[in-house]
This record gives sequence, C-alpha cells and structure tokens, in this order.
Amino acid sequence: MLARRIIPCLDVKDGRVVKGVQFRKHEDVGNILDLALKYKDAGADELVFYDITASVDTRTVCPDWIKKVSGLLDIPFCVAGGIKSVEAARARLEAGADKISVNSPALMQPDLINKLSAAFGRQCIVVGVDSFEDRSIKDGSTYRVKSHTGSADATKETGRGTLEWITEAIARGAGEIVLNCMNRDGVRTGYDLKQLQAVRTICSVPLIASGGAGKVSHFVDVFKQADVNGALAASVFHKNILPIPALKTELKAKGIEIRI
Amino acid sequence: MLAIVDTGCANLASVGFAVERLGVRYVISMDAAIIQSADHVILPGVGSMPYATAQLKRRGLVKVLSNLTQPLLGICLGMQMLLDASEEGATNGLGRIKGLVTKLGASDLPTPHMGWNTLENLDDDPLLFGVNESDYVYFVHSYALPIGAHTIATTTYGQPFSAVIRSGNVYGCQFHPERSSKVGKKILENFLKVKP
Repeated sequence: MLARRIIPCLDVKDGRVVKGVQFRKHEDVGNILDLALKYKDAGADELVFYDITASVDTRTVCPDWIKKVSGLLDIPFCVAGGIKSVEAARARLEAGADKISVNSPALMQPDLINKLSAAFGRQCIVVGVDSFEDRSIKDGSTYRVKSHTGSADATKETGRGTLEWITEAIARGAGEIVLNCMNRDGVRTGYDLKQLQAVRTICSVPLIASGGAGKVSHFVDVFKQADVNGALAASVFHKNILPIPALKTELKAKGIEIRI
Repeated sequence: MLAIVDTGCANLASVGFAVERLGVRYVISMDAAIIQSADHVILPGVGSMPYATAQLKRRGLVKVLSNLTQPLLGICLGMQMLLDASEEGATNGLGRIKGLVTKLGASDLPTPHMGWNTLENLDDDPLLFGVNESDYVYFVHSYALPIGAHTIATTTYGQPFSAVIRSGNVYGCQFHPERSSKVGKKILENFLKVKP
C-alpha cells in the first residue's frame, strides 16, 4: 500500500531556515543541514526546501547547499526558488535534488512547465500554488492564485483562479501539485479541507496539502477527508509542537497508511 | 571498484552519495574501458525512456552494457532500460532481461506513482537479504514491468507490478534504493556483496 507522506517544509532565507506567519515576519529556526538531518532521523518521508526570496530577489536557489543536503539524506527532497529555465533546473537536479518545484516563474511563463517536463520527465516537476481565498468575490472562483509571496511587499495578484491554474499546470506536465492555502499559513488551525477537496476532484497527479497544520487531528482530517497524498507542515515541526515519530504513530493507529 | 554509468540522467549524484555513505569507492563514468573493468556496475536513470536510451546510444554505451558479465543493477528507469522494450515512446531497451515495460494501469489513482510503498512476495534472493515483507521503499514512476518469471519482489499500485527483478547477474529495482532509507541501504549493500 502506498503510504501518505509527512513532509516538513524548510523555508530558506539567506542560507538559514526561517518561518513566518501568513508569509510575513520570518523568524530564524536554524541551520539547513542540522534540520535536514533532524527530520530525516525523525522519520520524515520527504523534505521540501523553499528559497523563499529567490524569485523576489531575482536569484536562483543555490546548488552548493543542495549538494550538501543530498549527501546527508537517504530520503527524497525537493527544492524550489526562482528556477526559471531548463538549465537552472538541471543544475539543481545534478546537485542531487530529486524534484524541483516551480511557482512564480511558472505563472510568468507557463511554457516553462512543458519544457521542464520534456527535459526531465514529469515525475520530478512539482508546481507549487499559493492560493488565497477572497470571500469578497461574488461570481466565479473565490480561490485566487498569488505570485512572489516570499515577501509581503512583492506579492502579486495573478488574476488566475486556483482550479483553472492547476488544471493547466497538469496539462502542461506537472507531476505533483503542492497547494499552499495562504489564509491558513502558520496559523495552525487546520488544513483548508474545503479547498483541498475541490482541488482533489480535478487533480490527476499527487496532491500535497500545505498550510494550517497544528495538531494530529488536522493530519487525520486532511488524509481522510481530502484524500491528499502528502501533508506538508513547518511550524509544528520547527517548534516541536508535533514530534514526527509521535505524529506518525498516532496516524497509523487511526488507520492511515503511514511508513513507520 | 563500483562504476556508476554516466547516463546523463539527474540522479547520478544521489546514487553516488548513497554508496559513499556505505564507504564504497566508486567512479561515475561513460568510459567503456572503466565500466568493463569495474567489479560492480549501477545503471541509474530518471526521466523518459526515449531520452535516456538515446543518451546511451550517443555515448556508445549500448554494446558495453549488453556484454557486461559482472553484477549489474538498474535503478528505476535504469531497470526499465535493462528490459527488451518499453511502451513509453515504443522504445527498445538493452534486452538483458526479457520483458515489456507498460504504462501503470491505475486509472483511478493519481499518476505518477510517487512515494513510499511496500515490498511484497519477496523471493529468497541474496539481493533481498535482511529485507522484509511490507518494508517501505521510495517509488516515482509512471511505467512498470508486469510480474513475470524474473520478478523477485512485487509492489501494488492499483495492480501488482515488478518491484525487483533478477536474471543471473543482472538486477533491477523499480524504486530508488538511494532514497529508500535503511531498506535501500541494505539492498545496495547486498548488491555490492554479490561476487563479481
């Protein structure tokens, strides 16, 4: 049986791991390599590293630490941050990343997804989507995609609906979707089940939930009710609110397929 | 010495790091003489079958890999390249093991098949020494080899398929041992213990 994945997310800024609340006010939480090892040893199924200011600062996530992380890890990991070209992706994959995730660059240049997928296969191309629920919208989709969310000042409205963008990204060759529900980021009140359920119905590739994890029941709900393949979380792990071994044991006891 | 065949595919570094963690000397190479003289050979691979086999041809590696007698392990797409052919782009493989790779038939499940899945129906094979039924390993693929005479372990995603295959000294893993934690480490160790 395929296990549901528990994925700690490490937001990287200036070579350190940081965490914000609703994409603002970032605090330092530690060294990249120390945290990568800690989460691997705790039983994480996969790690995701987001160089959160790369797109804002028009840089690309740096291959040097990717190589160091790859040397340490015997589990898969994904990197993201300002990857705008096949060459930039190749450098990160050759450094040892298993997958690359694109977000803002794909919104600016959707054809990038096709090019990356053709060059490396869809299995290593993840599309991250930062989705904001705007309840003031009366007609059409209230879920809207934002870009350049690494800095509050740089964040842009894309004018795209979340479901439409995900459908297009999959058609272009995305092999996995990470849905960041921005309203829930870092607030630990639970995943946005309603939005994830809506996306699940149109998402034919693996779907990873992100934003809102605070306690064990949130993970149970997101796996049982939204049928996501993985659940990504940051602050509950960084702040040791939910140690991964205890979380996984409880999920397994609740009948969820989990790798212990 | 272990040779990791430089297929131009993206998981070369992680395979290298995995054997480095085992304290094994290795070389990543596309040089026929180096590959032929190695005690063990690993054929890694990610991406698409037509692209990867074109790379093998361009690098003049088809003949070398077809004639190797030492233990050879194909990983993921590297395993698929050891077979006769794949439905993916209707591509011919190296024909080291009989079989046709087909598209995963899990229409109601998300594809690619991505994540940690269990090994089942393990044969009593030296490659799988210390590996147990229901141990998890990491998969990421959309094509697979149906179960056949050379299957020595299976995995189920919608339907069962070959997770590990063997024909004589030629082995293949559909999953990524280099990213499969302790179970993957054990399998790589076992492979490196196979007598050249």
